[in-house]
Amino acid sequence: MRRKWKSFSALIGLLAFVLSATQTLQAQDTFTTGTGLGVKKARVAVPDTVARSSFSQPLPKTFHDVLWNDLQYSGILDLVSPSFYPLQSPGQPSELNASAWTAAPANAYMVAYGNMTTDGTNIAFAGFLSDVTNPSSPPALQKIYRGAATDADARRLAHQFADDIIGILSGGQPGIAQTKIAYVSSHGGNKEIWVMDYDGANQQQLTHLRTISLTPRWSPDASRIAFTCFEPYRGVTSAQICMYSMASNRLISFPRYRGTNSAPAWSPDGKQIVFTSSLSGDPELYVADADGGHLHRITFATGVSTSAAWNPKTGKQLVFVSDRAGDPALYLSDADGSNPEKLNMPDMGYVIDPAWSPNGQLVAFSWRRPSGNYDIYLMDVASRQLLELTKDAGRNERPSWAPDGRHLVFESTRSGSRQIWSMLADGTQARQLTTQGQNESPNWSPK
Amino acid sequence: MQSGSFRRLGIWLGLLVLVAFASGCKKKVAATPPAPPPAPAVQPTVTLSASPTSVNAGQSSTLSWTSTNATDLDIEPGVGKVAPQGSTPVNPTTSTTYTITATGSGGSATATARVDVSAGAPPPPETNTQPTMEELFEQNVKDAFFDLDKSDLTEDARAALTKDAEFLRSYQQVRVSIEGHCDERGSTEYNLALGQRRAEAAKNFLISLGISGDRMETTSWGKERPFCTEHDESCWHQNRRAHFVLAH
Repeated sequence: MRRKWKSFSALIGLLAFVLSATQTLQAQDTFTTGTGLGVKKARVAVPDTVARSSFSQPLPKTFHDVLWNDLQYSGILDLVSPSFYPLQSPGQPSELNASAWTAAPANAYMVAYGNMTTDGTNIAFAGFLSDVTNPSSPPALQKIYRGAATDADARRLAHQFADDIIGILSGGQPGIAQTKIAYVSSHGGNKEIWVMDYDGANQQQLTHLRTISLTPRWSPDASRIAFTCFEPYRGVTSAQICMYSMASNRLISFPRYRGTNSAPAWSPDGKQIVFTSSLSGDPELYVADADGGHLHRITFATGVSTSAAWNPKTGKQLVFVSDRAGDPALYLSDADGSNPEKLNMPDMGYVIDPAWSPNGQLVAFSWRRPSGNYDIYLMDVASRQLLELTKDAGRNERPSWAPDGRHLVFESTRSGSRQIWSMLADGTQARQLTTQGQNESPNWSPK
Repeated sequence: MQSGSFRRLGIWLGLLVLVAFASGCKKKVAATPPAPPPAPAVQPTVTLSASPTSVNAGQSSTLSWTSTNATDLDIEPGVGKVAPQGSTPVNPTTSTTYTITATGSGGSATATARVDVSAGAPPPPETNTQPTMEELFEQNVKDAFFDLDKSDLTEDARAALTKDAEFLRSYQQVRVSIEGHCDERGSTEYNLALGQRRAEAAKNFLISLGISGDRMETTSWGKERPFCTEHDESCWHQNRRAHFVLAH
């Protein structure tokens, strides 16, 4: 049962692996697959957090529940069922009986554990990650996490510990437990921009514009959110680009342009945004500095051009949606809009919502097939191969990648109302993140 | 005659703020369906309508709803849990979209209704028997309707716009805002842009008939402010339009 954890670095390129493993399927239009494809995941045990003080709230349990969820949803670990654990939970390395964890039925490779103390105001969690197959080696991780004695901070510390563990077991690829998701919610009556933790906790309303706010997009440093807003001016209300500062928790100014201005997206260096404007009559793509200066048009084709995004890895390509040739379709062009090329699909339909993976190799998008269903697909940009991620489960749209390239967030009507869901990037482990009101247009923070 | 016209014009202009806000969506009021026998795990359905859909600040509107297969109904904002069907007055202080969420053993469903609230414009003088500009506009200016995913003008749309041009020629003081709308089937981003193309197509046709472009503003609501919320072609057709609003 010994496993060398170095082999798990092979999982970094989970999707590249998935796609390369199916090179022989080119005759088919689409294919689906499962996680891993024969690569075994690290078996990790996560015993209960040991409380070394008396707590007025169940913070050690909250910490353990959040940690468990984070590790389980990382997509790279296999958590050992608690019913197989030795009776005694270790709180520190001297209490860890390695052979009890490596033996059947636990068969664990790594154990993530620790103890929590409190003085009533603050908490400290001493966390450890030990390779129980090498009992003589020091812990792979030992670190003290400190915060306030609140539910929110217990969650925050658990996310930090989870990210540290995933960083080690994934060969350096950071975890996403501390990332956030911006989205549009009509929970309060009007469509406003909201932000929540990546697991759906801590949902907070950012804007109070009382009109309609749409399409939030994080800047690459996660300090700002650009979005589409509706603002009245001289008796006419039109779509404009709005900018929210996470640092100062308020809207910051952005120039107003004639007609409809919508669907902003950031350049990888955060210095420019691309968006759709009908400044010249037709909705075309424009590029401006992040403060709205130096506006210039980059597409010149009759019809709609919208939903643009630069390749986040290279910044050298742009993907966007245009109906210049009929139905809305995806186009790939140079960063400045030149040399547009249509990405042909093997079937009819309406292709929208492109989202680059962080490594720039894959584009997730939604496709309305002639049957009327909307589903989420991946395209490997180099080979043009497709992978279908959702099927027969409501209307699924607007995918957005987590910075680890292993998870996607999207909107779906599969529960009966429009809600935010996340899933692994192979389509498994779909989780509903919102339940109140109608929620749409999620965008995963880049860090 | 001239000075009389100007006095009436003054009254009309006083009303324009009201008109610009009050000419919004007309919700399709769904007939009450007969209550089906309770069946386990059937997806709930729900409808919600507001009457009137436009009020002045301080006035109330009535929300009416029906549902099937739902055990739990909740209207937000501000109303809370309600019976499976009924109605209630609401007094929104700003334009508000009410959402009803119906939950049953078979899942949940939602419906929305919007009440537009205009600021304290003066009420129309009751003694004035002359039609107001709002009424004239409502009677004479028709919206242009479009085919799915298209911004080309159909023959019907051209006929409607030709009549609109006659009205705009007769009332040179009138300015309009042309608002593009789309049905619910496309993406949010695409529909915002498509709605703008519809508004621009209507404007350009009116320019070709001699109406000055300076009198027309274009904007798009995409699929965000539907005229009707059923999920069928007759409703989708209602939502694919260039909608004319009197501007000031």
